[in-house]
Amino acid sequence: MSVIVRDDGFHAEDWVGEITEVPADTAIAAVAGLAAAGQGGMLRVAFPSFADGRGFTLGRRLRDAGFTGRLRAAGPVLADQYAMARRSGFDEVEIPDDLAARQPEDQWLFRADWREGSYRARLQG
Amino acid sequence: MYKYSDFDTAFVRERARQFRAQVERRLDGSLTEDEFRPLRLMNGVYLQLHAYMLRIAIPYGTISAPQMRQLAMIADTWDKGYGHFTTRQNIQFNWPKLVDIPDIIDALADVEMHAIQTSGNTIRNVTTDAFAGAAADEVADPRPIAELIRQWSTDHPEFQFLPRKFKFAITGSPADRAAIRVHDVGLQVVEKGGQRGVRVYVGGGLGRTPMIGQLLRDFLPEADLLPYFEAIVSTYNLMGRRDNKYKARIKITVFENGIDAFREQVEAEFVRTRAEFTGVDQQILKEIEAEFAPPAFKNDPVDAFEAAKAVDPLFRRWSARNLTAHRVENHAIVTVSLKEHGKTPGDASSAQMRILADLAERYAYGELRVSHEQNIVLPHVAKADLPALFAELLRAGLATPNIGLVSDIIACPGMDYCALATARSIPVAEEIATHFKEIGLEDEVGKMQIKISGCINACGHHHIGHIGILGLDRAGVENYQITLGGDEGPAAAIGDKTGPGFAYDEVVPAIERILRAYLDLRAGADEAFIDTFRRLGAAPFKEALYGVSRDAA
Ligand code: SF4
Repeated sequence: MSVIVRDDGFHAEDWVGEITEVPADTAIAAVAGLAAAGQGGMLRVAFPSFADGRGFTLGRRLRDAGFTGRLRAAGPVLADQYAMARRSGFDEVEIPDDLAARQPEDQWLFRADWREGSYRARLQG
Repeated sequence: MYKYSDFDTAFVRERARQFRAQVERRLDGSLTEDEFRPLRLMNGVYLQLHAYMLRIAIPYGTISAPQMRQLAMIADTWDKGYGHFTTRQNIQFNWPKLVDIPDIIDALADVEMHAIQTSGNTIRNVTTDAFAGAAADEVADPRPIAELIRQWSTDHPEFQFLPRKFKFAITGSPADRAAIRVHDVGLQVVEKGGQRGVRVYVGGGLGRTPMIGQLLRDFLPEADLLPYFEAIVSTYNLMGRRDNKYKARIKITVFENGIDAFREQVEAEFVRTRAEFTGVDQQILKEIEAEFAPPAFKNDPVDAFEAAKAVDPLFRRWSARNLTAHRVENHAIVTVSLKEHGKTPGDASSAQMRILADLAERYAYGELRVSHEQNIVLPHVAKADLPALFAELLRAGLATPNIGLVSDIIACPGMDYCALATARSIPVAEEIATHFKEIGLEDEVGKMQIKISGCINACGHHHIGHIGILGLDRAGVENYQITLGGDEGPAAAIGDKTGPGFAYDEVVPAIERILRAYLDLRAGADEAFIDTFRRLGAAPFKEALYGVSRDAA
């Protein structure tokens, strides 16, 4: 099972609609197609390991390609990466239960302030 | 000099608070060692051979006198009373305790410094010419752009977990004192039709597969800097290899896909990223530029300087070696050597840091630089003040007149500190420096860059040394491979391997054979080693190293 993390903390799975999977090795050329195919539902971007940062760029590109639905980062993402995921366009993060037990809710809420202090956002304007 | 905005200050404070919490979470088990690793690395904390090492950024090599004093305080309070300036304009402390590091980070934030992204698979501290803003030959001071890149890349949400580390270097001068062609992205400030911009090189790097960067864009207007860089790094983030650490750098991505295919992806991506930026970055760049306004230069006449040179041979010698032309006629750029013969290249004691800070305040408008050759630069000194400055440097043991000579060696930490080392490098540097001084060959040989790495990772940049020395391990015995003809700057080149390596105690004699061959072969005293090498090729030097028979075979 897994835990869904949002700005207000931990949640059980509550999504009922369509889910389109986005593998970490998605080719650049496939991004626009996925953004269109997933529209109206959820795109679930795989993070095979916390050390693999491809998903952050995929999230950003899916948003820029016009995807407005639910965007989820799924995998063993660390609490320390929550702000990065949110800033890259993700709505939420899905983590395995054992990680949620080791890094409890307060450690994620610590970065719920992800809108603050972003150089990238400041420079974009 | 750049002063932190309120945003910068709040950022480094908050980041320090986050790092303190990460250390606590490592200790209470919330973070495994594997998970903690990238987090400590992106905050400059390495695990070395004997202890943790903290690498602190000196952005674009620029540091103020109070900041230098704070480094001295850190060295005394939490380390062993000295620090090591690196080839990437950082300073490393080799002995801090993990539990003390959050306090050190706070002490850095007190003086507008940090250790963010000095390590890890992130965009690293942007390096530049140590003479930036002072050199007579530059198109423009490259530091405002370097600062803009610092801000953009700091905690960039997409780029904290790249396939590998990512290094930018920028030069404002065609003379390129920042070695831009051996960086992941190398930038040269240029002007075209009255417009300011940069020339962009990509895919340079040293390490086990040394490559010279290729031209990606001949002219990138200033207004497009960040969107274009974002296009490069995000393309790399998706295209770069993650299956093999040794093939993960962008140089391999560019090499395997070809520069044209890579460029095509970047340009396509640029259309997307260009649309994201509203132009506020240009506003911020203008504000940054204003912060780098030069000091109000003094008007003092240069007579005393000329007079001192005429009567004092020591001063004359030091002036000839350690001064560089300043953009203002009655000023000079002073390089203070951290390469005293027989000492560890790049090391400075806390006492020396304090003296340098004091001298900078008295004679150099309070500003210092760290050069990638691991020396300290006082970028603006009135010539009238040079005799007094020299006298003080002499008293402090900081007046070694060897800039650009045999003993001005770049050496990585090697076996003395580094867990990856296969051989010693610091003692080799010390022995070379001492030997050639003793036999009196140093001045005769003149301009020469020797660079030494203690393993194939090439942190000592041996590939681009006029003479490069790479320490390897051959069945448990140190063995040193020599390369010749490498160079950085506009004529960047990877050195040629000469042949079989040399045992530890054969290195100094081997270097001596090369230098003596050069003295025999050069067209005149003003033909530097690298020029003789280019004129004649490697053959005569190989012959000097190994004898005639090998060459004929
Ligand atoms: S070149 Fe090798 S030995 Fe030297 S610092 Fe780099 S990794 Fe360590």
